[in-house]
Amino acid sequence: MKGSKKKEQVQLLQGAKTPIMVHIKRYWKLYAFLIIPVVYYILFKYLPMAGNIIAFRKYRAGSNIFGDEWSGLKYFRQFMRDNTFWNAFRNTLTINFTYLLFRFPMTIIFALLLNEVKNVHWKKFVQTVSYLPHFISVVIVCGMVKELLSVNGPINGLIKSLGHEAIPFIQLPEWFLTIFVTSGIWQALGWGTILYLAAMSGINVELYDAAKVDGANRFRQVWHVTIPGILPTITTIMILDIGSIMGSGGVFEKIMMLYNPMTYETADVISTYVYRMGVGSGNYSYATAVGLFEGVIGLILVTSANIISRKLTKQSLW
Amino acid sequence: MKESRGYKIFKVFNTILMIIVVLLTLYPFLYLVAQSFSSEAAIYSGKVTFFPVDFNIDTYKSIIRQGDFIGYYKNTILYAISGTIISLFGTAILAYPLSKPYLRLNKFFTPFVIFTMYFGGGLIPNFVLVNALGLRNTIWAMLIPGAISTYFVLLMKAFFANLPQELEEAAAIDGMGTFGIFTKIVLPLSKPIMSTMVLFYASGLWGNWFTPFIYFDKKELWPVALYLRQIIYGAQSTNELSAGFEETAGIAASVKSASMVLMALPIICVYPFIQKYFVQGMMLGSVKG
Repeated sequence: MKGSKKKEQVQLLQGAKTPIMVHIKRYWKLYAFLIIPVVYYILFKYLPMAGNIIAFRKYRAGSNIFGDEWSGLKYFRQFMRDNTFWNAFRNTLTINFTYLLFRFPMTIIFALLLNEVKNVHWKKFVQTVSYLPHFISVVIVCGMVKELLSVNGPINGLIKSLGHEAIPFIQLPEWFLTIFVTSGIWQALGWGTILYLAAMSGINVELYDAAKVDGANRFRQVWHVTIPGILPTITTIMILDIGSIMGSGGVFEKIMMLYNPMTYETADVISTYVYRMGVGSGNYSYATAVGLFEGVIGLILVTSANIISRKLTKQSLW
Repeated sequence: MKESRGYKIFKVFNTILMIIVVLLTLYPFLYLVAQSFSSEAAIYSGKVTFFPVDFNIDTYKSIIRQGDFIGYYKNTILYAISGTIISLFGTAILAYPLSKPYLRLNKFFTPFVIFTMYFGGGLIPNFVLVNALGLRNTIWAMLIPGAISTYFVLLMKAFFANLPQELEEAAAIDGMGTFGIFTKIVLPLSKPIMSTMVLFYASGLWGNWFTPFIYFDKKELWPVALYLRQIIYGAQSTNELSAGFEETAGIAASVKSASMVLMALPIICVYPFIQKYFVQGMMLGSVKG
């Protein structure tokens, strides 16, 4: 008895494997924690994933969630011929890419500048204020945008005081991108710095001291120590952001509240199109096909970004 | 240590920039508050820019006197509290076992959970499922389908993994069971991450208008967020018009602003107190990601 226990311990120390059933029996209480969450994941994450099958099957409201009969690629052919879809596709790329192009470098620069603020209380205050918009509901953010941009609002007040005509921003397709990106930066700039600041606080102080000994001034220290120190974080966030170029996280709800038929031309994206076709008009299978197309491209993008990053920088998410 | 002239100039420039960021972040809030205390005539003629014009609290009085808003507000509080409890529970019991590297089946469970971050069911399959499960027009449609966020599971998992394991091992040697260790040792040590999660989940539920928008046909179930969406956006289609949305068209700007202020207020009040925790929580979580 004693001998076998000792043998087991030796095995554990050597990292040898105990039989799987013994392992489960020993830790069954911990594994039991997983039961409810795993059921939840199967029901509300994997079942809807499987539910995408209705992109290939005819689904009618009220029928089996996996649809009634096979329809092949009918719905995919349909949307491929649809100009509204291609308009939404173009807008999805334009909006997400422009947003990323501005937000990504601005966040890094803001984090670097924030890191140079030496007064602790002032720094805390700036952080507290700049994180706040992240917690404000999209409904309120869009409400603010509409009030600020209304014909009687302060921005048009400024325009009028300069002697120009008021601009009905929300109704003009050519303004949508600007409105979306600007309000997005207002929401995300501060919050986006949090991971960079965490990475900066983890940089070894000795590196800065060594740089100082070598005669590097503050700017060179930032260039040679801080930026290399946050490079892994930059890479990680870059991969995730590229993966979301096709995605709808955060974008969808905002566009749902900011667009209107007058601005569909520049504001309609794939996810809002899926919403209108599916929930709005009841073309479930068609809308699922469009949504699946978006999801698969997103998955391909994040996977490729990850592979490229692993090859180039030895940094990857998985 | 002496500073170069260039660095001094930079510091002045940097301070000014930070002041600008703070002002630009706070201005929209200030404007909403100003509008909510101003008269409709002043707003309409564009006189309100920074401070209330014709200061009055009539807008707030009329909103509070009108019973609907209070009803929506009660729903929001109910959804936020019960939803946060469910989400926190689900996230914690999933994150805890995943944080134990010696659990060999995690080799399967961890990717099982993470994969859902990169590929999801999408709007329509989720919509179809929730309706098929009969959750439509029930509070569960709001609380259950989005209960666990994988990203938050990973944050919490990293936090648990960073806790000193010796405490748990010592408790186990003293004969404490797995569940006891979790509730009496691990949870009390996890205040930073728990407060962070409360803020994240609660603010998400507080502002969620889309879920009730697609699942709640009855106005008695509406939260404030959906009511706000309707008065800000207005009715768009004849479909919505016939569903009883018509009274929301043409609402005064002061009423919109005051409703937004009332909705944002609890989050803004609670947020500074939790902030110190979530910075900690995010930082610990992000190190291991």
